[in-house]
Order: sequence, then structure tokens, then C-alpha cells
Amino acid sequence: MSVAMLSKPEKELKASVVKRYKVGIYLGALSAGFIFFAVLMRGIATLPLDTSSLTWFQSWLNNVSDWIGNNQNSNPFFTFFINVIRDSINAFVTGIQDLISQSIGNNASPLIGWLGIVVLLSFVAYTVANIRVAILVFVGLVSLGLLGFWQESMDTLALTLAAVVLALLIGIPLGICAGLFPRFEKVITPFLDFAQVMPTFVYLTPVTLFFLIGPASATIVTMVYAIPPALRITAVALHEVPWSSVEAAVSMGSTRMQALRKVQLPQAKRTMVVGINQTIMAALSMVTIAALIDAPGLGKVVVTALESLDIGKSFQAGLGIVILAVLLDRTTTAAASKVDAENSHLVSRVRHRQILVAGGIVTIAALLISRIYNWAGNFPGTGVIGSDIARYADDIVNWIQNHFVNVTNSITNGVSYGLINPIQNLLTNSPWFITGFAFVLLAMILGGRKLALISTVCVLGIVGTGLWSDTMTTLASVLVAAIATVAIGIIFGVWIGRSKRADQIMRPMLDAGQVLPAFVYLVPFLGLFGATRFTAIMAAIVYAAPASIKLMADGIAGVPASITEAGIAAGSNKWQMIVKVQLPSARRALALSTNQGIIYVLAMVVVGGLVGAGGLGYLVVAGFTQLNLTGKGLAAGLAIVLLGILLDRITQAAAARSTLERTK
Amino acid sequence: MLKTSRFRRGTVFLFVATAISFAFSAGAPAQAAAAKCGTVNLADNAWVGYEADLAVVSYIMKNNLGCKVVVKNLSEQVSWQGFPTGQIDAILENWGHEDLAAKYITKQKVAVDLGSTGNKGIIGWYVVPWLVAKYPDITNWKNLNKYASLFKTSESGSQGAFLDGDPSYVTNDAAIVKNLKLNFKIIYTGSEAALITSFRNAQAQKKPMIGYFYEPQWFLAQVPLVHVTLPKWTTGCDTNPKTVACDYPPYALNKVASAKFMSSGSPAATLLKNFSWTNADQNSVAKSLAVDKLSDDAAAKIWITAHPAIVKQWLGK
Repeated sequence: MSVAMLSKPEKELKASVVKRYKVGIYLGALSAGFIFFAVLMRGIATLPLDTSSLTWFQSWLNNVSDWIGNNQNSNPFFTFFINVIRDSINAFVTGIQDLISQSIGNNASPLIGWLGIVVLLSFVAYTVANIRVAILVFVGLVSLGLLGFWQESMDTLALTLAAVVLALLIGIPLGICAGLFPRFEKVITPFLDFAQVMPTFVYLTPVTLFFLIGPASATIVTMVYAIPPALRITAVALHEVPWSSVEAAVSMGSTRMQALRKVQLPQAKRTMVVGINQTIMAALSMVTIAALIDAPGLGKVVVTALESLDIGKSFQAGLGIVILAVLLDRTTTAAASKVDAENSHLVSRVRHRQILVAGGIVTIAALLISRIYNWAGNFPGTGVIGSDIARYADDIVNWIQNHFVNVTNSITNGVSYGLINPIQNLLTNSPWFITGFAFVLLAMILGGRKLALISTVCVLGIVGTGLWSDTMTTLASVLVAAIATVAIGIIFGVWIGRSKRADQIMRPMLDAGQVLPAFVYLVPFLGLFGATRFTAIMAAIVYAAPASIKLMADGIAGVPASITEAGIAAGSNKWQMIVKVQLPSARRALALSTNQGIIYVLAMVVVGGLVGAGGLGYLVVAGFTQLNLTGKGLAAGLAIVLLGILLDRITQAAAARSTLERTK
Repeated sequence: MLKTSRFRRGTVFLFVATAISFAFSAGAPAQAAAAKCGTVNLADNAWVGYEADLAVVSYIMKNNLGCKVVVKNLSEQVSWQGFPTGQIDAILENWGHEDLAAKYITKQKVAVDLGSTGNKGIIGWYVVPWLVAKYPDITNWKNLNKYASLFKTSESGSQGAFLDGDPSYVTNDAAIVKNLKLNFKIIYTGSEAALITSFRNAQAQKKPMIGYFYEPQWFLAQVPLVHVTLPKWTTGCDTNPKTVACDYPPYALNKVASAKFMSSGSPAATLLKNFSWTNADQNSVAKSLAVDKLSDDAAAKIWITAHPAIVKQWLGK
């Protein structure tokens, strides 16, 4: 996601490159100095704040949100501008729902019944991808029905599609602008960071104030989260097109516009499809959060099941979300590689056309049948398989809890007393100016003066939110989770990157980890690890590790064959190969996977607030539910964003430095 | 090759377009239209007791009054926001929320208080039952400091851990601990799920635990938590949130509805006004939902069949 920004600091860096051993010494001195002063001055200026107290800034935010609430019906900005947007989005979403999920008027089924949708989508999968994906789509969709959640799945699909289409309509043009004009990219980047790191809980209530309870609000919440990947990856796609090919086109008399259309966009197409893929995944991961403001579909089932701690049912619905994600992911990924391979198409054209015509006829027939016959309109049966799965899930979780609870309790205590508590004590008891200064110095060493300035702004901003102490509590857990995520990322990333077989086994699990709503595994985790910071850390790892692993595996697999062959020729064994050849060559991937690991961990801070981690996450949740804490919740969201930008920029600078050293 | 892909795209669009137009022309059989009641928008707040009220009320609305019931899953605060916009007609079980009542009932006059649901809400401090069997005097707050070290966890440092739940519930716990000089640290678990799971594990593994809880709640049927007595609540003892040193007041849970909906003359309005039942009633439906895992309608039907006279009274007949 923040891939785009990686290459930027390189130029500035070249001037201020400090030799590697020197950086090592500086960093060592910095850590030693920080710990010395933090312990020496512990307890001074730690800026704590009671959970129920407010600073003037937080009360001011409260007043702002009150003012908006009171003026939303009289102010012309709201009545005209917002209402038009709301009504059009509502019409768009309900249109799709009428088509595939909601019974319209007095009809018992939607416009297209289940059979029609299954055949139609399989056919579409065949045309944009290939026959294997088409079969996968067919089986996947039918299993959604067998789970007993056909309508809910289609509601989720409808909402996701609406949000993705709108996100792409906004994200791709802006992404093209960002790819063409570096200055625009610079301006828009902070907003993208904001949209991705700001916890959704913070703007859930304001969004329903503006856009009311209903599909429009749910779609907008999802879009805010889904636009950044679309925009960023489109920009990266354009950056990747060699500048020489554009120059060649222009020198041959093309206008700039023609060069864009005929040269840059076609070459960028493949990466842009990856962007669409990431947009879909981001939208799907919002399903349960959006259910808190009445978004229809599978998310609602998960949230309701949580009320009575019904692990089985929430798992059943979570599985539905995972299936949808896998289908959409495989279809778009296959479509992306097909865009690549289009020119080497080998199936004879005539044959291909015949299949298409036949498939089309079958599709029309299926659509008609699903319209006429009830068995093809509403999914038959009541999801017997689904309730079996729910029962198994329940049994397994209970069994694990009964047999392993002593082990898990000791793990929780070991990690809490041995790792989390010392780090948290150090950070929360250290004076704010000592910790802040340490951050600025770190930025100075790794990224130079400009990064030091950004860090200063972030540190002072966090102090300004009035939540320094809570931020340090959260930072402690984030650091532990990030270290674990990176370690897991390296171990599994190397394994998967080196073996195709491992890749095939692990991929579906990684996808599941990324899209399975956290609410599904929170209750079992609570059962095993209690309402502790450790549970929050575990949840963060489940969500963040897949991204880290995927990026790391990509890096290892991308090490040029010439390098690995040289390693073999030099007589390296497997271990030497990994440590001496592959890891150093994939250093950039390692840095990127660290960076993304941290960002994903931060995205789970709020979920941590729901399971006993306290800190900023809890304050965000409290702000969402209590009127007089709204301002404090907003401030906590802001602090998370500032912490996110701080950690993101510093790890990126480290990443840029390590690539620079490699190329030198 | 470019030609092929264009042909392909064209065909797909053509097929889809034909299919959809066919679909439009072939009609499916129509169902019987709904009766005079019209649509009722009910908020669904995320706890099982509320769900029980909702199950019974919406069952009667659908089956006796012929209403179309639209249920909206929302947090409490967002539910209140639905009154001025007409998106929410009623909240069936409201716990306090003086700030929201002042804003929407007194100031904006878009909502009205429909009176008690008949349920008495008790908020307070609870401990797991096995602990009371072992240390009978633990239920008095004066003895809590004696046992504080029992409650120490990895999260609470040198103090005992006191667990709080969902932040949307009113709590004075931090102030109470401070003002009664108790050696406890408040751990904000952040959700009802976390709080209940903690209590359940503590009882199963015979670990000490104390925390904030409330009745009526289905979980008490599974693990009968024991109420710890704090200094008695008297009027005004909790006015200043910083100096509170007394127990929580008894809550009369109430129903809140949109003013516009109540004056619309819908038969559902009468039902909402008359709806009232006991804690035992609610617990029995809540148990069907949470423990027996019945659907809302099935759970409601069992209770309604067993209590025809009460339903009749609610309907104003």
C-alpha cells in the first residue's frame, strides 16, 4: 500500500548516506542513551490522563461534532450536497441488491435467482480468467448456499461490489494523476495515510449523522478504506512504466495524452488489476465493521452471534466471507495474469468463440429458470451443512479450551511479565520529551533532516491530543506484535518463497487470516488467553502476519536465478543459501514486509481495545459509544494516525537505506 | 488478438443485457400484500435481553397487526440519532442515557419516553460464585482490600484487577475504587463478550474474578454471579462523577419512541406503549435465544403461546 513512497527518499538519502557501521554505532548509542535517561527520569512528565477526563482539545472536538449534529438539517451544504450523494449511492446499492439479493416488490426472490447468479458468475469468471477459476467460482457459490447464508452472502457481495465500483471510479483517475504528477502525489499521500490508518470506529458515528443509517453510510465507510489501495497501486503501476518508452512516443509525434492512452496505460494494466484485487480485499475486510451501522449481510450475522458468544455461528458466517474473498481474489488474480498472457493466447480462436456462445446460451437459460421456478430462485434447504460446521467449530474450540487452558495461561503470563510489562513500563514511565527526542534522533539517523522534522511534528501532535500516556501503552503492544509479525513473516516467507508446494498449502490460510473478521476469533482467543493485552497482540498477528509473509515470499521468489545458481555453484548448503544468498538479496522485501506488518498491526489497535488491551483502542471504542467521549475518541483516532505515520516513515527510511546499500 | 478480446467483451455484455431483459419480462408469482399497520423501524441494540424484547414485540407486530417490521442493528447512540431523521421508530430497552434523552426528548422533542418495560435493571459489582463459597465475607466491599491480592493478574500490576465491560454502559467504577480507597486497578476489557468470557473462565477454572455486571442478563442463568454490596445508593450520592463512593441506582428500563410515529395512529404504537413484562419473562426468552439457540420468531412464539392474556392486554383488547 505504501509501496509508492518507498522510492522517494532515496535521492535525498544519497547525499547524507552515513556508512553502515556508523549507523550501527549511532543506533546502539541511541538505545543505550534512551534507556539510561528514561530510567533515570522515570515518572517525570509522563502526561497521564484519567479515562473519564477530557483535555480542552478533546472537549473542543466534542463541540464540533455537536455543532455538526445540530446543523445537519438546516445548513444548505448538508441539505443539497450531502443529500444528493446519499440518494444516488442508496439507489445504486439497492439496485444491485434488487438484482441479486433482496426480494423486490411482492416477489419472493430477487431479479436473478441463485441458479442464475451461480451460472452467470461462473461464465463471467471463464471469460475474464479461465476454466479452472470458473469451476472454483461455481463450487464456491454453491457452498455459500449450502452454508445456509445465500441471501446474506449476496447482500455482502452487493455492498462490496457497489463500494468497489465507486472506489475504482474515484481511485483510478486520481491514481493516474498521482502517477503522472509527483507534486499531486505528494499532496494526496497524507490523506491516504489518514484514510488507511484512522480507525473506522472514529468516523462511524459522524458518517451516520451525515448520510443517515442505511446502505449509503455503509458503502461510504467501506469506500474510505478501499480507495487508498486503488489509488496507490495505480500510481505505482504508472511509475513502473519506463520513462524512455513515453519519451519515444512523444518524440514520434504523439501528444502527452496519446502517450498516456497508447503507451503508459496498456503497460500499466497488469499492476492496475492487482490494485483492483487489493481494493476488493480492503472492502471485504470492512464487512463486519459496517454491520455496526446496519450494513446487511454476513457481517450482521457475525455481530449478532457475538452477543450470545455463539462461536459456531460466527465461524459459519466468517467462513462465508472467506469463501467470497477467495473467489474474488482468484478471479482477479487470474484475470491479471491473463492480461499479461493475452498476446500468447494459444487456444484456437474459433474453438474459443464456440465455447463462449455455448456458455452464453446456458447462462441465459439458467437466468430464465431462476426467474420462473422457485427452487432455482431461492436457495433450497436450510443450510444443514452450515449448522454441522457450526457445531464442529464449537466442539473443536471447547476441546482446545478444556485441554490447553493451562498451557495458554502460562504463555499469556510469560509473555506479559517477561516482555510486554517491561516495555510498557519503560515507555509509559519515561518523560515524554525523552521518548519524543529519541524518536526524532532515530529519524535523523535513518532518514536525515526532513524525516526528523516530520517526526517532531508527529510527536508534538500526539502530545497535543492529550493522550501521550495511552499512546505509549498502545505502542508497547504494537512493538511486541510487530516483532512477532516480522519474525513469522521471515520464517514462513522464506519457506513459501522457496517451495511452490508450501505456497499452494499456505495461500488459502493466509487469505483466510486477512479477511476472516477478527470478531470470529476474538471469543475463542478470549477463552484461551483471557481479556489481556496478549489476546490483542495475538489478534493483531493473525491479521498482520499474512501480509508480511506474502511480501517476504514474493521477495524470496523474486531473487534472480543467476544469483541462486551462483550460490549453488559455490557449494552453499540449504541453510547457507538462505542466510547468505536469498535473505540479503531480498532485503528490500524484508523492509517492506516489516513496514506493512506494522501498519496492519496498527489497524488492529481498536480490536485490541475490545479485548482488554486498553490504551488508544479502548478510547476509540468508548468514543463510538458515549456521547461525551466522542471528542476523546476522535483524539485517540488522531493519535493512532500520528503514531502510524511516525512508524511508517521511519521503517520506510530504513527500507530505502537498505536497498541503497545493496545497490552500491 | 485485440479483436478477440473486444469480441469477447461485446458478447458478454450482450448476453448479460439479454438475460436481464428476459428476467424483467418473466414475472414471478406475487404474494399477498401487507395490511394497514405499515412499516415499523425498530432499533436492535447488541445484547440478548434487548433481543428478547425485540423478538416478542416484532412477532406480535408481524402476526397480530400485519406490520412490516424493519430491524436495524445499531449501537445505542446511533439508534437515538435515527429519531430526528425518521429512520428509527422505537428503542425497546433503554438503559439511562440522560445525555441523549436531554438532547432528543427535551431539547429537540423528536422522541418520547414510553415508560417502563417492566424490567428492573441492576448494575453493580459481581464476583464468581465459587469464590463466595470459599470466602463468604467477600460480598461486602469493606473486605475487598483483604482479598485484593487474590485478584492480581498480568494486567493489573501490584493491585487486584477489576474488570469493566462494554464502554457504552455507565460506570463509576474508577471513582468508586479511588474514593473507597480500594487496592484495585480497573481493567477495561472493552466489550461484553470479553467480560462474559472472563467470568465464565474464572468460574470454570476456579480463578478469582471481580467485575462490573448487570441484570437482567442471560449469562446469569449459566453462571449465577454474586452481587457485592457497596455503600448504599442514596439520591444525589452519584451526582458528581468524581466523588462517587456509593452503589449504582436501580434502573427502571424504559422504551423510547419517535414522537412522529406515536402520533401516527398506527396500532403498533399502542403495542409499544402497553408493552411491559417481568425480568423472569425476559430471561426465559433470552435463554431460548442464547442458550437453546432458537431463532427470534421461534423463541417469541414459545413465550407468546404460554402468555396469551398478557399479549391481549398489550394489544389493548
